[in-house]
Amino acid sequence: MKDALLNETKTQTRRKNTVQCYHCGEACDRSISADQKFFCCEGCKFVYQLLQENGLCNYYELSERPGIKVRGKFSSQRFAYLDNDEVKRKLLRFNDGNISHVNFYLPQMHCASCIWLLENLHTIDAGILFSKSDFQRKDLFIAFDPSKISLRKVVELLAFTGYEPYISLHDADKKKGRKVNRKKIFKIGVAGFCFMNIMMLSFPEYFSSGNIGNPALQKVFSYLNLVLSLPVFFYSANDFFISAWKGLRQKWLNIDAPIALAILVTFGRSIYEITSGSGAGYLDSMSGIVFFMLVGRWFQDMTYDSFSFDRDYKSYFPLGVTLLKDGNEETSTISALQSGDRILVRQNEMIPADAVVTKGQGYIDYSFVSGENTPVLKKGGELVYAGGKQLGAAIEMKVVNPVEQSYITQLWNNDVFMQQKNKDKSFIHPWSRYFTLILFLIAGGAALYWSYTDSSKIWPSVTAALIVACPCSLLLSATFTFGNMQRHFGKNKLYLKNASVIEALSKIDTIVFDKTGTLTYSAQANVLYQGDKLTNHEINMIYSLVKESIHPLSRIIKQDLIVSHPVHPLAVKDFRELAGKGLKGVVESKQLRLGSWHFITGDGFLRDPSLSGEVHISIDGVYKGYFKISNQYRDGVTEMIRTLSPKKYQLHVVSGDNDAEKRNLQSIFGAQARIMFGQSPQDKLNYINKLKNEGREVLMLGDGLNDAGALKQSDVGVAVSENTSQFTPACDAILDGRGVNKLHQFIQYARSGKKVITWSFILSILYNIVGLSFSVQALLSPLIAAILMPVSSISIVTFVTLATSFSAKNKGL
Amino acid sequence: MSVLILLIAFSILIAGGFLIAFIWAVKEGQYDDDYTPSVRMLFDDKPGSDNKSSLLPKQ
Repeated sequence: MKDALLNETKTQTRRKNTVQCYHCGEACDRSISADQKFFCCEGCKFVYQLLQENGLCNYYELSERPGIKVRGKFSSQRFAYLDNDEVKRKLLRFNDGNISHVNFYLPQMHCASCIWLLENLHTIDAGILFSKSDFQRKDLFIAFDPSKISLRKVVELLAFTGYEPYISLHDADKKKGRKVNRKKIFKIGVAGFCFMNIMMLSFPEYFSSGNIGNPALQKVFSYLNLVLSLPVFFYSANDFFISAWKGLRQKWLNIDAPIALAILVTFGRSIYEITSGSGAGYLDSMSGIVFFMLVGRWFQDMTYDSFSFDRDYKSYFPLGVTLLKDGNEETSTISALQSGDRILVRQNEMIPADAVVTKGQGYIDYSFVSGENTPVLKKGGELVYAGGKQLGAAIEMKVVNPVEQSYITQLWNNDVFMQQKNKDKSFIHPWSRYFTLILFLIAGGAALYWSYTDSSKIWPSVTAALIVACPCSLLLSATFTFGNMQRHFGKNKLYLKNASVIEALSKIDTIVFDKTGTLTYSAQANVLYQGDKLTNHEINMIYSLVKESIHPLSRIIKQDLIVSHPVHPLAVKDFRELAGKGLKGVVESKQLRLGSWHFITGDGFLRDPSLSGEVHISIDGVYKGYFKISNQYRDGVTEMIRTLSPKKYQLHVVSGDNDAEKRNLQSIFGAQARIMFGQSPQDKLNYINKLKNEGREVLMLGDGLNDAGALKQSDVGVAVSENTSQFTPACDAILDGRGVNKLHQFIQYARSGKKVITWSFILSILYNIVGLSFSVQALLSPLIAAILMPVSSISIVTFVTLATSFSAKNKGL
Repeated sequence: MSVLILLIAFSILIAGGFLIAFIWAVKEGQYDDDYTPSVRMLFDDKPGSDNKSSLLPKQ
C-alpha cells in the first residue's frame, strides 16, 4: 500500500521530442525558461525561483518533476476569510499569542520531495517555526509565530507552492486535530507481554507433565501466572465482553459472544484450579487466544488513513464566503449564510448556495457536481445551483436557499444517508451461531454421559469443551482472509472501506456504470481535426490563442497540439474570451477566432447540440475547420465490458449527459444492456433503488457528486478517481481510474475469498474435533490445550494468507 | 531452589521494563506514523540548521 501511495505520480502523456515542465512535468513548449530549464507556465517558474532563492532545489533532486501545477490564478482575496477571528478559532489547535499550531490536510502530497519541502517551509519564511508531515494521512502540522506571519499568509504560501490546504466546513465542525487510536496497540502489547511470560512460566509444567516435584515452586508459578493474566482478562479482552454484552442486551448472539464465554470459562476454571491447588489452569491458552484475536482485528482494520469514505457535501464546500453589506465586503462563515444575503464569488471560487446572479456573468463549471466539464453560461437574474465553480470574472449574487437546503445538499436529506449499510449481514454470523449451538449440545452430551458414570468429571469435561472449542479459529480465518484480501485489492488500486465490502462484492450480479469520468477519462479526450490542412504557422497561431484561455476545451486542444506538433508560442494581442462562445485575438496581425459554430460563422442555425464538443476555427474571417473533441474511453474498458457480459451480469449505464455517445456505448455493452441518459442525481438513486427492489445485488461505479446518492444506495458503491488524493463522494471503495479494467477480476477475487474462508472453517473444525475428543473424556491437560491453541491459530493464519495470495495471483491481480 | 525464584523475579522485572518502554514509545507517538520517518531520515541536513523538535505539540 505504501509503495502504491508513493508511486502515485501524476498521469502524464510522455512522447518523444516533447519538453516537460521542470516543475510539474506537464508537456510544454520552450517559451518559458529559467536556468536552462523549461516551464509550462509562469506559476511553475515562480515556484521554482522561490525555491531556488531559498536554496531548496533539493526538492527537484529527490523525485523527478515533483511539482504541482497551480491552475488559474488565485485572487488576492481568496483566503481573506482566514483573517476572520471565528474561522481562526475553529482552525487553530493551539494559540497563545506567541505560537500557533495548526494541522492541514494536503491531498497533493505525493512524493518524498513533498515531505522534504513541507518540512523546510521555515527556510522560506522565518515566521514558520516548525512543520512536520504525516505522509499516509496527508497531514501537515505547522507551528508558526502569529506576530510574524498570519494564518492567511501561511495558507497563501502553501497555495502558492502548489499545496493548497483543504479547508472545509467538515473539518472545522469536527474536533480539532485527529486522535490516533493507540488503545488497540496498547492492548496488543499488554496481551503479548502477558502471554509470553505466562508461557515461559508454564514450561516447567509442560515438561514435567503436571508434576514439578517442588510444591512451593509450583505454587509460585501458578500465582504469578494468575497475576499476569489479570491485565489480559480485565484490560485487553474487555472489547469482547462489551461487544458480547451489547449483543445479548439486544437479544442477538453476535460473534463475540462465544469468544467472551470461552474467555470467561477458561479464566474461571483456572482460578478455581490454582486456588484449590488441583492444577495449573489454562491461562496460557486464554492469553494466547486474546493476543491472536487482537492481532487479527488490528490486521483487518488497517484501513487507508489518507482516504475518506464518509464525505458528505460539507467536505466539498469552502469555509468562508465574501458577504456584501452596504457596499462593503465582509468575510463570513458559510453556515451563517441566509437567504437574501448578497455575496461576491470570485474567479475559481465555488458557489456556496443556490443563488441568483445579480451583477456580472456567471460562467459556471459544474464538473464537480455532474462530471460534465463544459462550463455553462449564466446571465443576470438566472439561478445558479450550489456546487458550481465560477470560471469567469467575479460576480455578485443573491442567496436563494441557505446551504443546508440547496439543490445539491437536498440529496443528503434522503433516508439513504441515514442508514448503515451491510450491518451484520455477514455469513460468518450464522456460522458462529451454529457453532455455539453445536458446542452446547456436545458439552451437554458429555455432561449427561458423565452424570451416569463418574459425576466428578462433569465440570472438568464441560469447561474443557468450552475452553478448547473456542470459535477463535473461525474468527481468525475471517479476519486474516479479509485483511489480506484488502491488501491485494489495495495493490491493484481498489481501496476498500472495510472488510464487509468484500462479502458484498462477492454477491454482485448487476453493475451500473456512470459514463463521464468512470468509463471515460475525466480530463483526457480524443481530439480530431477536420477541415483544411493547417500549416505549422497556423498551428502555432491556434496554440498561442488557446494557451491564454482557461476553458477546459482550450486546455485539451493545447495539450493535444503540444504532443503532436513542435509548437512555438507567438504574441497574442487583444485577446478576449467570450463566455459560452469562444476566443478571439490578433496573432501576427491576423484575426483569429476559435469557438462555437455560431460564434465563428455568425450563422443563426444551431448545429446538433450533441455535437457541442466541436471547436471551429477562422483566420481573418476565413473558415478553416474544426476540432472534434470526444470522450476518450479508458484503456481496456471495452475488453473489460466484454469479459463481464457473458458471465451473467446485468449491465446498466446511467449518465447525466446527453445521448451523443449512445450508439457507441450500445455497441460496447451489447444489445441487452440498458443505457439511460439525462439522469439527475435523484433519478440515479431511484434507479438503483428499483433494481434493488427487483432483488438484484447492485454494484455502482461513479465519480461525481451527482452519483453520491446512487453510490450510497447500491450494495457496493465504488467511486472512481483519476487521482486517489482527490475528493470522492461517500462510498464503499475508491478505485483508481487505472484499475477500472480489472473490475471482473475484482469480483472474481471477492468470490474466491468465500471459498478460502469455507476451507479454513473446515480446517478449524478438524482441530476442534481433536480438541473436543480430549475434553469430553475429561482428559484435556493444560499441555494439550497449550499446544493445540497456537498450532491451530498459526496454521489457519498461514493457510488463509497463502490461499488468498495464491488466488490473487491466479486471478491476475 | 530459592535462587530460581530470584531469577524469575529478575526476568519479570526486565520484561516489565520492556513493557514500560513499549507503552512509553506508543505514548510518544512512535507508532502513529510508521511511514514518513523512513523517508525523512534519508534527507541530508544542511550544516548549521537547528533542531526545532522542542516545538512539537505535547499530546
